[in-house]
Formats: sequence, C-alpha cells, structure tokens
Amino acid sequence: MRQLKFLLIKEFQQILRNKLLVRLIIAVPIVQLVILPFAANYEIQNIKLSVVDNDHSEYSRKLINKFTSTNYFLLNGYFYSYKEAIHQLEKDNAELIIEIPKNFEKDLIRENETKIFITANAINGQTAGLSVSYSNSIIRDFNNDIRIEWLQPARINSLPTIEVTSSNWFNPKMNYKYFIVPGLMVLLVTLVGFLLTTINIVKEKEDGTIEQLNVSPLKKYQFILGKLIPFWIIGLVVLTIAQIVSFVLYGIYPVGSYLTIYLFAAIYLVALLGFGLFVSTLAETQQQAMFIAYFFMMIFILLGGLFAPIENMPNWAQFLTRLNPVSYFIEAIRMIILKGSGIKELATHFGIIILFAIIFNTLAVYSYHKTN
Amino acid sequence: MKQLISFIQKEFYHILRDKRSLLILLGLPIVQLLLFGFAITTEVRNAKIVIFDNSKDLVTQQIISKIQHNKYFILDKTINHPNQIEDAFKEGKIRLAIIFQNNFQNDLLHNNKAQIQIIADATDPNQATTLINYISSIINDFQQDLYNQNKIPYTIKTEFRMLYNPQLKGAYSSVPGVMGMILLLISAMMTSISIVRERETGTMEVLLVSPMKPWFVVLSKVIPYFVISIINVITILLLSVFVLGMPIKGSILLLAFSTLLYIFCALSLGVLISTIADTQQAAMIISIIGLMLPVVMLSGYAFPIANMPELLQIISNVVPAKWYIIIVKSIMLKGLGFSDVFDELIILTFMTLVFLLISIKRFKVRL
Amino acid sequence: MTTPAEKDIVIKVENLTKRFGDFTAVNQISFEVNKGEIFGFLGANGAGKTTAMKMLIGILNPTSGKANVAGFDIYNQPEQIKRNIGYMSQKFSLYEDLTIAENINFFGGIYGLNDDEIKFKSEELLTKLNFHAIKNNLVSSLPLGWKQKLAFSLAIFHSPKIVFLDEPTSGVDPITRRQFWDLIYEASHNGITVFVTTHYMDEAEYCNRISIMVDGEIKALDSPKELKNNFQIDSIDDIFYLLARKAKRIE
Repeated sequence: MRQLKFLLIKEFQQILRNKLLVRLIIAVPIVQLVILPFAANYEIQNIKLSVVDNDHSEYSRKLINKFTSTNYFLLNGYFYSYKEAIHQLEKDNAELIIEIPKNFEKDLIRENETKIFITANAINGQTAGLSVSYSNSIIRDFNNDIRIEWLQPARINSLPTIEVTSSNWFNPKMNYKYFIVPGLMVLLVTLVGFLLTTINIVKEKEDGTIEQLNVSPLKKYQFILGKLIPFWIIGLVVLTIAQIVSFVLYGIYPVGSYLTIYLFAAIYLVALLGFGLFVSTLAETQQQAMFIAYFFMMIFILLGGLFAPIENMPNWAQFLTRLNPVSYFIEAIRMIILKGSGIKELATHFGIIILFAIIFNTLAVYSYHKTN
Repeated sequence: MKQLISFIQKEFYHILRDKRSLLILLGLPIVQLLLFGFAITTEVRNAKIVIFDNSKDLVTQQIISKIQHNKYFILDKTINHPNQIEDAFKEGKIRLAIIFQNNFQNDLLHNNKAQIQIIADATDPNQATTLINYISSIINDFQQDLYNQNKIPYTIKTEFRMLYNPQLKGAYSSVPGVMGMILLLISAMMTSISIVRERETGTMEVLLVSPMKPWFVVLSKVIPYFVISIINVITILLLSVFVLGMPIKGSILLLAFSTLLYIFCALSLGVLISTIADTQQAAMIISIIGLMLPVVMLSGYAFPIANMPELLQIISNVVPAKWYIIIVKSIMLKGLGFSDVFDELIILTFMTLVFLLISIKRFKVRL
Repeated sequence: MTTPAEKDIVIKVENLTKRFGDFTAVNQISFEVNKGEIFGFLGANGAGKTTAMKMLIGILNPTSGKANVAGFDIYNQPEQIKRNIGYMSQKFSLYEDLTIAENINFFGGIYGLNDDEIKFKSEELLTKLNFHAIKNNLVSSLPLGWKQKLAFSLAIFHSPKIVFLDEPTSGVDPITRRQFWDLIYEASHNGITVFVTTHYMDEAEYCNRISIMVDGEIKALDSPKELKNNFQIDSIDDIFYLLARKAKRIE
C-alpha cells in the first residue's frame, strides 16, 4: 500500500506539471460541449425547398404556403422548369423539389384526383427520409382541409375516423440536445481517459524509466493500480465538468440521481482504463499506442449507439455492440438522465460493466511483464 | 536523385517494420466502411413495441395484425398492464406503446370515431418521430381501406423520387466522409508525427548535415504516406463499388485528379503542423484536436452542415475535408463534371498553396 | 546453509545462456562475484554485457544455465532479488519531469523505506552531492554528469547488497567520471558489491576484478594486474584489443 502511495504521488506530480495536458483536460470537455450539440444536430429544420409551380393556381400557392409556414422547410426559390430545379439540387442549394403539375387545381376539383411530384436529394438517407415524411403529413393535412372545404360536414362525419393521439415521454419537447448531450458526456470521459492511459505506460517504456520500476520490488498490481487511479480521478473530473456545462448551458440534469451516474461511471472507468492499460503494455511506441487507441475509439463510438440506434443494426453488429463497454454507458447515462432509471432498472448494465472491469484489468495485469 | 531514393527507402523500412500501425493504416478504412455500410443505419428495424388492446374486437385485431406483419416492429408480450409502461421504458425494454380504447369497433362504426393512443420513448427524438410516423401511416392505410368501401373524393396523390440514392443506403453519405477523413488522418497526422519524431530523436540534425537538401528530407518523409494514401483510396473505391454497390457516375479521371489534389493539400498541412509542434505528443494533440474533430464535426461527414448555426457554418468553410466531400459526392453520386466542381477545386488549390507558403517560411526558421 | 567459503560469494553464475531465435547473445558464461568487490564487466558494444546483466537483475529470462544473486535464484526468486539490488540503466532513467526531491521521494517510497528513513537519507544525499540549493529543480534541467551522479545515488538509496551499473559513465566528461568513481568507491567501502559494465578501459583499472566478454563468451577474468601478467601486456586496453579483434560480431 505504501508503495502505491508513492506511485500515485509521482503520477500526479507528472500530470500536474504538464501544463498543456491539464489545460486540455479542462478545456476539451467544455469546448466540445459548447460546440458539439450545435454541430451534432439531426433535428431536421430549414430543409431548403425549390418549387416548380406549373399551375399558378390558388391551391398551388396555398400548398406552398403550408410548406413554408412550418419550421421544417425554407423556400429556396421558384423555378420555371424541373431541370432548373435539379440544378439547385446538384449545387446543394436545395434538398427537396416540389413540382406542381399544370391543371393541379382543375384536376383536383373536376377529376377528384390530382398529383404532386416530390424529388429529394437522398444522398443522406436519414434526412431525406425525414423530410419526405414531413412533406407527406403536410400534404395530408392540406388534402383534409380541401375536403372539409368542399364536402358537406355531414358527409365528413359519416366517414369513420380513427383518431391517433401521440405523446412523447421523457423528452416531450422532442429536444435533440437532450438526446445527444448525455451521449457526448460518455464520449468525452472515454476519449480523455482512454487516450491518456494508453499513452502513459508506453511513454515510460520509451523514456526507459519503466526498467527502473521493473527492477524495484514494486508488485504488478501496485503498478497497474498506480497507473489506473490517477486517470480514474481525471475521468470523474471530466464527467463533473461535463455535468456542470450541460446544466448551465442546456439545463440538462438527471431525472434520476447523480449518485447512480457516478457509481456507474466509476465502474465504467475501471473497465475502460484497464483496457487502455492493456493496449499500453502491448504497444512499443507512443505513435503506435495512439494509433491503436484511435482505432478502438472509432469502433467503440460507431458501435456505441451515440448517433445511430443500436436496435437498427443487423444482428451481427448488435452482437458486437454487446462486447463494447461504451454502448452500456451511453445507454445507462441516457436512462438515468432522461428517464430517471435507478440501480434496479440498470442491474444488467451494472453486472456487465463489472464483468468488463474484471476481465480488462486481469488482462492488463497479466500482460504487463516485469520480466521479458 | 539517388540519395532521394535511398532516403525514401529508409522511410518505407520504418513504416513496414511497424506491422501493427501499418495494419491499422490499411485496415481502418475497410473496417470503417463495412461498419457504415452494413451496421450503422438510422433506418428503423426491430423496434420493440407493446400493444394494449382494451377492446379485443375484429377491427383492433385487424390493425394489430397489420402492425405485427410489419418488419419494423417486434411485439413484446411480457408486459400485461399499461401501468408497466413506464418501467418498461426505464429498463429500455420497449420504444413505443399503443393503446386501443374500449369498445373500439363499436365507436368506430356507430359514432364514426375511435381513438388510438401512442406513447413513444422520445429519448431519441428522431427515432420516436419515425416510429410514430410509421404507425400512423399503417393506421392511415387501414382507414383508406375502410373509406374505399365508400369512395372518397378530392384526393392528392404524391409521387416521391429519391434522387441519387433510391434505396436510402447509409453508405452513400458516409463513403465520401470516410475518404475525406482517412486521407487527412494518414497524410496530415502521420506525416507530421514522423517529421517531428525525427527532430525529437535528433536524427534530423544528422540528415541535415548530410549533403541532402532540407526539402529532400521532407519529401522523402512525405512520399511513403502518399503511397499509402493512394492504396487506401483504391481500397475504399473498390469496396464501395463492389461490396456496397455504390455507383461512380462521373468521370473516374476527375475523381482521381481531385483526390490527388486533396492528398497533396493534406500532406502540406502535415508539413505545416510539423513546423509548429515540438514533440510527438504535441503533434498528435494538434492533429486530433485541430484536425480530426473539425473534420468529423464540421465537414458534413457526420452531420448535415445545413442544420448547424450560422457561425459553425462559416467556420466549416476552412475545413479542407468539407470541399473534398462535396467534390466526391458531386462526381460519384451526382455524376457532375469538371465545371461543376471547379470552385471547390480552386479552393483546395488555394488552401494547399497557403499551407505550403507558411511551412516554407517556418521551415527556414526552424531548421 | 552455506559453507564459510561460499558465504562471501554474492553472485554465482553457471553456464548462463540467452538465445534470441538463432542468435546466441550470451553463451554459457560462468563466474562468481565476491562480497564488497568492484566487478568490471568489459566488452565491445554488442558483446552481450547488457543482456547478461538484465538476466541477473531479473528483468530477462535466461534460456538455460543457473545463477544466484544475493542468495536468491534468478528463476524462482526474482522479486526477492529485486529487494536486495540497485540498478542504474544505460539509458538515463530518472523522471525528467520531476524535481530532484520528488525523484528521491519516489524511489525511496517504492523500495519501501519509511518516512523517517527517506527524510534522513535524502538530507544525507543532498549534502553529499551538494544539491540542497537545487533540490526543487527539474531533473531535465541538470547537466548529464549531475543526472548520472543522482541516478547512482538513488540506485543505492535503499542500501542494496549489490548495485548493477550499466555503462554508467558513457557520455560524461573526464572530471565527472572521476567524481563518479569516487561515489562507487565509497559505496564499495560501505560493503555494497558493485557490478559495472563499461567500455572505457581506463575504468577497468579501477575494478578489483574484470571479465572481458567477446561474442557472448567470457574470454578473460581476473584482476587487472594478473591479466597483465598473464598476457604479458602492460595495458588493459591492448589486452582488450587483442581479444576483441577476434570478434565475429561487429556492431
């Protein structure tokens, strides 16, 4: 125990002396939490709309008005031909084209049926899908308005109607930031903790100081603990900064308890840092360690459900996410912050993350050789 | 010239010796593409839902069977009472609950009005919106069938055309992004680290007192990463076309030319970073904070630039990857030609020149 | 227990061998080191000195052979060995980003010294090296010679039975080397056995006994005086040159 104390003192002296590092540890989470929620915005609004109105009727104008009066769409301009409008799509000046055919109004009233053509730039499938479903519901509303206008009230009522009411729990204002910010907290804690630990042991290798430790009576577990605890504390500091920033800036605080968040984070960090130390014991140079770290970080984040929901993935990918500690923390922190889940609801998550912590740290102790 | 070749050889030995890094350099784009192509999708699948049918009549059975046969949803049968919805949400067991009112069929046929309540877990607002839309449209279809028995007038039919990506594949937007990111990672980050490493270990001095011209030293560091970048571009394109089924609608030659220009731009950025950073660690930090984050966040790779606040949109203009990603999308997916990407090419050329000029200025001071 | 004659032997090596693949770095070396002596381990670069030393201090596993250090077997008791030895590596290995005082505290601590011992001994060390005024300076700011002296003092800080020094004076000026050897003598005088590798032949003269390693094998082992007698050559430098010339391994 006494040896461990000295190892910890030394690690902190080194970390605190590195001014650049300290500044990064404090500044990176703040800057990221200020910028990212604005950049990482999948809230669909202001979709740029080009209109080709070949009818110039009252109804065609009304329909366009219906589109532009929502927050979802922003008029980019009227064009005389579809070809011109397509050019707007090519130049990324517009995402969606509405083409209203000649005799739109006449056909609707006289023939009882008319058509509209909508073309979407679908390179980004998600935004295209959402903008199409918004247009659909706008057109459906418009259609209903027309029917009400033309049909006798009696006839409308004689049609059986299923009324669908929907309510959105846990995030009634459908604020995308509530979804993304808790995920970003996990991202930050993971990024800072993992990168720093991964480089750490390799740096001692490159500097040759590790040899001096290897010939000392220091035990393997003491060494690993001495490396783990400082970054564990830093991880929790980063988490705290992130909590403060998201409360001050976005008014986000957990419906559940901070205690549950910190308890989970504490165990999660042990697992994550154990993995970082494992990588660090294997790497030969700092450059290599950075690279391996970058590789795993990328996979962890892509398969962590930060942006794309895990349930949408095919089975093999879902299986991979079950091997990814990051996915459990992202899930858990969203459940705690947005839904107020407690330890009882998170029992499985806790169990698995404890298992990860044990496995990774055993690996780290095992792969660190005092002897070649 | 002979000296230059032997120097380049030496750099290749360095890179080939470190098998792990090389494996990651060449494997990273493959893994990333496969994940984006096959795993990461925002298309809803297997969403777990629960249905409470308080009426249990013919109509509700029909609607439920329609929902059940939809591939998007999986019905949870373990939850028996609406009281349990909140707990099920909290445990993450379900995403959506549908509740039919009592006497559904009776109300619908005699009062012409019946109610369905949908409760969504809106933790992920987009997912929730999409799910509610799906359910609504299933119910809407059912209603249309009811109407059809007594035909409804004044109908607007909408025809949708999904341009460039009719199947709404996720890979279409991620492949150009992966190209922009990988090339920058290898060209800028690796180059800068390897130049700084040479300076840090003191071998740079040895090289500089040799009869080699300083620029040859830098050139010999840059060329191997140039080669690796090209190998990566080829792998990415082969995978995109043959595994992910993406088209290259425009001219391959133009795509190749633009890619070379972008690699060149990234390499000069790498040289510039190496003139700023003192240590490998500093070079890494500058590369990751200064390059990777802006690229991932502001290039349009992960998030649509159009959704961002104005200030971020303005900042995004200085990110070279943004322009390259536009070029790749234009050529590969939209099939546009030289004149359509001319502006972007000019911007990239200009950026390259600026990076080179600053590095030359700093290079002389430093060495 | 050990017989009286063996009692004073602190390092006993028999047929110790280390192979890396096809390459035999250390080939069946055998020797003994007595308590309190300064044992010089000479050889050209690549002769296998550092490899042999790393096996003795328990950070490299031998391929075959036996060795006993400070009374402990290198195979089964490496941790006990580590408690009883000090080591100063070729690559300078104090923490450059810590101050002198912080380094002293750290190394004292991980060798399990208690607070009073650390306090007392670090006072003694700072006085001896005349480092009191600069104890809060970063190690990275010291000249190389000072760093070496500090590194040596820390290697013997926990009063080990044996101290292993791997080319401790490479790259320092002659005056500092002289001062460094004064520290070695002092340690030896206090009963610490010194095992030192070097390729400076003038330093060999300071040792009680030296061994000369060529191509992984020990080609000569005796006191400097006896060696000169045996070879009929009056400088160690020339003896070394004679032996090393036959080397097939060239760095």
